[in-house]
Amino acid sequence: MMEITEGSHAIAKIVARCRPQVVSAYPITPQTHIVEALADYVADCKLDADYITVENEMSALSACIGASAAGSRVYSATTSQGLALMFEACFNAAGMRLPIIMSIANRALGAPLSIWNDQQDSISLRDSGWLQFYAEDNQEATDMHIIAYKVAEDHSVLLPVFVCFDGFILSHTYEPVDMLPQEDVDKYLPKFTPYEKLDAEDPISFGMYATPEYYHEFRYEIDRAAKRAADVYRAAAKDFAGMFGRDYSGLIEEYRMEDAETAIVAMGSICGTIKDAIDEMRDAGKKVGLVRIRVFRPFPDKEIAQALAKTKRVAVLDKNISLGSKGAVALEVKDAMYGKTIPVLNYILGLGGRDVRKRDIAAIVALAEKGEGDMFYGLRKEVL
Amino acid sequence: MVDKSLELFDSGHRACGGCGAALAARLVLKGAGKNTIVVSSTGCMEVFSTPYPETAWKVPWIHSLFENAAAVASGVEASLKKQGRTEKVVIMGGDGATFDIGMICISGAFERGHDFTYICYDNEAYMNTGIQRSGATPYDASTTTSPAGKCSFGNKRPKKDMPQILAAHGAPYVATASVAYPADLMQKVEKAINTKGPCYLQVHAPCCTGWGFEGEQTIAIAKLAIETGLWVNFEMIDGKVAKVKKVVRKPVEEYLKTQKRFRHLFKPKRQDAEIAAIQAIADRNAEKYGIDIKLKKE
Repeated sequence: MMEITEGSHAIAKIVARCRPQVVSAYPITPQTHIVEALADYVADCKLDADYITVENEMSALSACIGASAAGSRVYSATTSQGLALMFEACFNAAGMRLPIIMSIANRALGAPLSIWNDQQDSISLRDSGWLQFYAEDNQEATDMHIIAYKVAEDHSVLLPVFVCFDGFILSHTYEPVDMLPQEDVDKYLPKFTPYEKLDAEDPISFGMYATPEYYHEFRYEIDRAAKRAADVYRAAAKDFAGMFGRDYSGLIEEYRMEDAETAIVAMGSICGTIKDAIDEMRDAGKKVGLVRIRVFRPFPDKEIAQALAKTKRVAVLDKNISLGSKGAVALEVKDAMYGKTIPVLNYILGLGGRDVRKRDIAAIVALAEKGEGDMFYGLRKEVL
Repeated sequence: MVDKSLELFDSGHRACGGCGAALAARLVLKGAGKNTIVVSSTGCMEVFSTPYPETAWKVPWIHSLFENAAAVASGVEASLKKQGRTEKVVIMGGDGATFDIGMICISGAFERGHDFTYICYDNEAYMNTGIQRSGATPYDASTTTSPAGKCSFGNKRPKKDMPQILAAHGAPYVATASVAYPADLMQKVEKAINTKGPCYLQVHAPCCTGWGFEGEQTIAIAKLAIETGLWVNFEMIDGKVAKVKKVVRKPVEEYLKTQKRFRHLFKPKRQDAEIAAIQAIADRNAEKYGIDIKLKKE
């Protein structure tokens, strides 16, 4: 049913319909509306979950680790500093192969303190073993939670997932969202069947200590599962498209790429602006297209290389920066394009909530055409 | 009733001969029984009991991180509750995990009132990383980060009073025990797991490697800690002391002399003022808990 609703509330509603048995979270802007709404559902017996109100984010994810290992479907949500506090537990959850779903209302990391959007938080955990999905709008953010459970809990994957959407820009924006009713979610997402669990009837040990004889292979297995997740994702998203008509089955989405000379690569809500800017540039005769990365982990390198193969130049827009190097997306796109002669230019933009407008996209395309890139875009020179 | 013949902590693990913590694990599981899920923090016990692909635990067991065992256990308990399962949740953490790095997490979990039993095996320093001081290290103990030296007598502060801190959280059952008194320890575990709400049991577990004594002396030394009043075995129910192990007290010297960590108090010369300060700690314990058995005058 179509509802005009805030992004956070749409996500909370659909998460409740995924029937998590244990929810554990700690409040942090701009994630709070999600966890408040879930608390309301529990208080009104609309969600039959144990809601653990922990004392910090480290404990939020730790409680999810325990609850998942004991065989329940679990959920958490955080952002920015909260995710940074979870750093250690993030690696641990993936290492123990626990299919935890966590919403990330993407936000900048301090210092300086910023509550506004960029994608530095989840990007900084790209090596943790969590799959990472990035939504363009609230419809996609909402639907992706359902798909995320299906992928994470698949016994050939068994990895946790960040469902990422831009803080404030999506989390606090009202948009029409088609909310799948409970029976549809139930039809798509079966009950959680843990591969293994803590059980007195069949005792096993979780989270053991591995010597150099075994550790290397453990990491290999996690990496293999993350790569296998690409096919599992495609299949899960195809099923979703078959049942509900919305198709997210590409790890990337191509927009007006058919004859594009300049390709933009980006992730998240900025892609809506980029698409509008592209339409205007196309009307003015410029051949510009977009490759939107929907699934950042596992990284769709082959799809990207193929989508960009016939372009003359690539402009990668990063709402993050690996300080002292480049944007994380640009680094990976360059790797995907290794051996090709097409220039890949990087633009760092929109950090800490700096607004990105259609004219900024047009300006970046103009810079790319001149071969100017690998820069922070839109610096206010007067404050430097 | 505790089934003393039950062995749920298997032999073949990698603990030192005479390890107090390994004995504590074995006794705790006898007290807890088969219907138990154990959550361990990082530390000696976790490492010596679970070198992949082997495990000493014959009950379901999980280790996540150093500081988060109480939160992991909170999740396990919530998960079991939602599934209508009956297993008891027992945490096993060392003193570093309990007194220091896990403190926030423990406080949060106790305040929320989860139904679990937190057991701290207290060997009074970070033994796994090479005997560094923790908040549980006693006054004047020499460790690798509180070494005795020309201008130091070792650890400068007395032990943190964790049982009182957790009693102040409203824990319904808080107790201390020692590997030297196995029947008492097992009974306390049984009592704790059958008390609804967050319970705390702190078990004195001498470490032959870290304290500097021969492995066959573990029980004798644990006993001396009780007999000198430097360790008090007690039970607190709803914040009130309900039961105390009474002793005819011996001078603290008899305990201190058995361990290399206190050697600097006797060699190269006897440090009377320091020994008197430790005696005063035992005297305060004796007064606070009323442990002295008054002998009739002859």
